[in-house]
Amino acid sequence: MAPVETRIVTKRLREVPESSWTIDAAVQSGAYESLRKALAMEPDAIIEEVKTSGLRGRGGAGFGAGQKWSFLPKGVFPRYLCVNGDEGEPSTFKDHMLVERDPHQLIEGIVITAFAIQANIAFIYLRGEFALGADRLEQALHDASAANYVGKNVLGSGFDLEIVLHRGAGCYIAGDETGLMESLEGERAMPRIKPPFPAVQGLYAAPTIVNNVETLSTVPHIIRMGGEEYAKLGVGRSTGTRIFSVSGHVERPGNYEVELGMSFRDLIEGLAGGVRGGKEMKFFIPGGASSPWLVAQHLDAPLDMDHVQGELKSMLGSGAVMVFDEDTDPVQIAWRLSKFFAHESCGKCTPCREGSSWIEKVLYRMANGLGRPADLDLLLDFGNNIVPGLNAPFAQTTICGLGPSIMSPVVGLTRWFRDEVEARIGATGEPVELKVTVP
Amino acid sequence: MPYTEANLAQARETIARYPFAKSAVLPLLHLAQDQDGWVTPEAMREIADLLDLSPAQVLGTCSFYTMYKRAPIGKLVVSVCTNVTCLVNGGPELLGALRSRYAADDDVFVEEVECLAACDRAPALQVNYEFHGPLEAASATELIEEYKRGDRTPRTISGTRVAAGKAS
Repeated sequence: MAPVETRIVTKRLREVPESSWTIDAAVQSGAYESLRKALAMEPDAIIEEVKTSGLRGRGGAGFGAGQKWSFLPKGVFPRYLCVNGDEGEPSTFKDHMLVERDPHQLIEGIVITAFAIQANIAFIYLRGEFALGADRLEQALHDASAANYVGKNVLGSGFDLEIVLHRGAGCYIAGDETGLMESLEGERAMPRIKPPFPAVQGLYAAPTIVNNVETLSTVPHIIRMGGEEYAKLGVGRSTGTRIFSVSGHVERPGNYEVELGMSFRDLIEGLAGGVRGGKEMKFFIPGGASSPWLVAQHLDAPLDMDHVQGELKSMLGSGAVMVFDEDTDPVQIAWRLSKFFAHESCGKCTPCREGSSWIEKVLYRMANGLGRPADLDLLLDFGNNIVPGLNAPFAQTTICGLGPSIMSPVVGLTRWFRDEVEARIGATGEPVELKVTVP
Repeated sequence: MPYTEANLAQARETIARYPFAKSAVLPLLHLAQDQDGWVTPEAMREIADLLDLSPAQVLGTCSFYTMYKRAPIGKLVVSVCTNVTCLVNGGPELLGALRSRYAADDDVFVEEVECLAACDRAPALQVNYEFHGPLEAASATELIEEYKRGDRTPRTISGTRVAAGKAS
């Protein structure tokens, strides 16, 4: 049987693609019904419902959403909700779509969540480059306020919520939750040391919850379906559906919402049409630039966050699946990804600031015919200063996850293409004394 | 240029939306760039005054973010992605072609950018933050020319929508 999508979060935008972002189309297809239901519940009951659903963050880390909410210290106010719409992980384009094409679903999720955690102000931190998304969200917020889904005394419930749309200005690390809060405070988006965790001391040093756009867009459906029903979808601790952004050398690049547990093969070959031009796959990246690479032998593995991390030593991350055909030079891809990390390193932690640039320089010479025999080991040695042991879950010498992410392309190269890289460079020269091996 | 009267009113309205004024640094920088086409030193000083910060604090934040241009760049900023999905679909070649085509054109600023989250239409680019793709050199040049001729209304240099016919 051909694999199919399970459209929950993408249902409206697929069914009425010509008007899904308007309040009329949204309300006609059930928007804000979950909000009415939620406002009749106790806030803590909503948190329990989301816990029961097993919903895990869709931004990358995969932390339990309901669990995160329950970390808020009792009785401490004000609290803030921050919506992470700073989608910048290379080849991820799901939040971009959700913001542009179903802003009311997001707003409904925000209002329900803010009510659940008793926050009266929510900030939507939207990636600065999403200009159309900002227009659509602004209009949607305006229309939602006019209909009293947002604002004072939401639908007569006594609950007040103001939502502020805040445009970023071009910065990957503002997508880290503590970087986002720094940026929202008018600073450089340099991540903060945790603890204190944002739930205890976040924005303006007040208890703060940061959730991804897709996570919040899922919340209305959990309220509608019930947490137990939602948890029936998926596999193990990876419940529900996720939107995977498939791109690269595939016939049909795009966003596909599938039930977790589907195989990479069904996603890449079934839904995205497989490698284009009838070529063979050389490798694929399962969850954004920060995730170590996988190869064809992993295609039958399930889209299951725990399996991909535990068994395959990679991660589903942001759900960006990049596919590369047999003609791709893996060194060039590794170089370009390392250039990304070198560019986006905020400069706060020395191992990342210095390491990312050195790794980029060495990969550049390797990709351009100037590689030296010891270069691959030299890279691992650099990496050991950023991610001691080079193993997931990451030990790290940096404040945030960008540091360890720099090594993912190098780990991919070493795991799957060491022979190819060494053959190209030649096998003579001074060896580097290694303190670490790739797990 | 200092903020116009209307923009100053908008700036004050924006500041009032935040529990702490300093949060308005980014939106006020966008507003200044909307008005002047780049972020002038005068604008940063004015923002500092409005938010009770030092000009150095505003510059410190401003210089961290790629969308703020601290020198005039013309009327159109063309952002070409060369990250991996665009790389394997011709992004670098597109960037190279547009860079040489517009090297001497003061109105068009071509820049290389990181992933734009439009990988399903790679190679992708933005013109004043409006998404376009997939494109190759010829279709991208035609597109930019349409903006230059006024057949398309560009957003501001900060990506704010401009009502049709009002483009400067």
